Amino acid sequence: MTDVSPNNPLADPIPTAPPTSQWQDVWRQFKQHKGAVLGGGFLLFITLFVLLGPYIWTLEATKLDIRAKNMRPIIWGLWDGDAKIGWAHPLGTDQLGRDLLSQTIEGGRASMAVGWAAMVLSLLLGTAVGVLSGFFKRLDFILMRFTDLMLSLPLLPILLVAVTLFREKLSQTFGIETGMFILIVSVVGITSWMQTARIVRADVLALKEREFVMAAHSIGTRPGKIIMRHLLPNVLSPIMVSATLGLAVAIITESALSFLGVGFPSDFPTWGKLLADAVQRMDLYPERVFLPGLMISLTVLSVNYIGDGLRDALDPRMRGR
Amino acid sequence: MLTFTIRRLLLSIPTLLFISLAIFMLLQLSPGDPMAQVPLTVPPDVKEKMREALGLGQPVHVQYWKWLVQFFWIEPLVFIDWATANTWWLGWLPDTSFSEDKLRVISWQTRGPVMDLVIQSLPQTFWVVGMSYVVGVLIALPIGIYSAYRHYSVFDQAGTFVTMIGFSIPPFFTGPLLIWIFAVQLGWLPSTYNTVLDVVDWDTFVIQLKQMVLPVMVLALQTTAQISRYMRSAMLDNLKQDYVRTARAKGLRESVVVMVHVLRNSMIPVITVIALGIPSIFGGAIITENVFQVNGLGYQLLNALFASDIPTVMTFTFIFAILIVLFNLIADVLYGVLDPRIRYD
Repeated sequence: MTDVSPNNPLADPIPTAPPTSQWQDVWRQFKQHKGAVLGGGFLLFITLFVLLGPYIWTLEATKLDIRAKNMRPIIWGLWDGDAKIGWAHPLGTDQLGRDLLSQTIEGGRASMAVGWAAMVLSLLLGTAVGVLSGFFKRLDFILMRFTDLMLSLPLLPILLVAVTLFREKLSQTFGIETGMFILIVSVVGITSWMQTARIVRADVLALKEREFVMAAHSIGTRPGKIIMRHLLPNVLSPIMVSATLGLAVAIITESALSFLGVGFPSDFPTWGKLLADAVQRMDLYPERVFLPGLMISLTVLSVNYIGDGLRDALDPRMRGR
Repeated sequence: MLTFTIRRLLLSIPTLLFISLAIFMLLQLSPGDPMAQVPLTVPPDVKEKMREALGLGQPVHVQYWKWLVQFFWIEPLVFIDWATANTWWLGWLPDTSFSEDKLRVISWQTRGPVMDLVIQSLPQTFWVVGMSYVVGVLIALPIGIYSAYRHYSVFDQAGTFVTMIGFSIPPFFTGPLLIWIFAVQLGWLPSTYNTVLDVVDWDTFVIQLKQMVLPVMVLALQTTAQISRYMRSAMLDNLKQDYVRTARAKGLRESVVVMVHVLRNSMIPVITVIALGIPSIFGGAIITENVFQVNGLGYQLLNALFASDIPTVMTFTFIFAILIVLFNLIADVLYGVLDPRIRYD
């Protein structure tokens, strides 16, 4: 900062640091949050792991090799010399001789794909409902009553019912895997948009009364343009925070459905499915439970930390502290 | 406040009706056929009669109306009959028989009334879920208070980290993990829950206590994580307020400032969160009940679903809905009662 000279009191102090944009500030604040940075790193690692994994570890996840069944992870060799281990299967194999490393990669692809797709769907729905009911007074009452109603539905039972009921029909139309993917993404998305809608509506209601929106109104901007140009960019931060929450919820819900046995078919691995299959032989092969369980937990943990960091970084009151 | 409560109660009736309609319509699309188990040797006309006996041939609105009448009219009548015959508080009245010859909601699986299943499983769920919620809240409150009081201390950092972990690990992982540690490796606790155990003496009480530890721990971990986060942030908000400085300035002891002034004001949002969290813990209980084989609502629901036992699924899902609506209402009313600044007029 330059000094304000006493003989020219009207001169403004000129900041010496170059101006920073809002997103630069957000990024600087985000970097302060150690957990968020670690979480971001881990999420990036997991995403690359499941995306590039099949090209590096080319063993097919569903390939049966009954002679190499029930192998332990390579690390077991450290304390148990007799354990059945081998470099061909670094994380061991299951009771049918399927390689656990490639199953974990393949399962991660399914879980992450379902998580991202369901999160995007629920964000789109939530933002649309929130903006519409905040901006148009006529729609507000009915849309918010509908949101309240959805919030008082028993979601997990309804998810279970819906998945069990529509499984056959969609599997016949789209094939088992695509059908299940569409089904799970849509039921998870449709049942998790309500919180986003409420937050977005509250923000839109406040923004609508601000001068810049009124100015846009007065020069004849159409409602659609106002929403796209003025409102949406300003509600971006709560949407981003609920996006992280939504990703965590979607991954957990998909795994829970698979765990309860209503998710993907058994030869199609997801993390929840791997966990559920391993629980039955847990007393002999506990590592098969830990591996997918750790993957789910660490992914959700890192996503939650990113959400925490984002919330702090996007809050102007927290910034600069 | 009373008018608000009554208005909310009245408003919850259409909500519940709509929810029941939504569940009913969803189940109408069900491809599962309850007659699938009937042997092929049964002639088609007999099969058709059996189908009619189950009430399947009728139009949708008639079926829905029948379910409504059975659930909201006949089942309460059955309850009144039972109360006048067997209980001390209504037993002095002459025995009534309102519900004689009336058709109740019948499970296709057990061929008995669904309400019997509900009465069997509701106490199990309430016992396990309720206990875990109490334990979780009792652990969460001190953690939240102390973390906020010593903001950025080692305890706060560790507490935030642990609650974040508890928040992120799903119950279907903590369940098997705890079973493996405490039941398989250490052998201290049973891995499944024995629902037919009668507590008659000290030994059975100890067994009951032991078998409740694991499911309660799994559910309580989730509760603790959520509630202590809320408690911490509510305390942090209040600790910065001017009235805290005033209280300190006039020489009150630190314990009085924190435990009386700040705590009472911070409890207002936290109590609402506690009430609002109860329905979601029932949802989580579905998974925990299946991990530990607790014969509760969620376990029964999943069994009925796999057997495509539509009346049972319908009734159980609706009971979950009633619980959610009820606790949402309690949360709203509590909020108004606790915070005199809030007026719903």
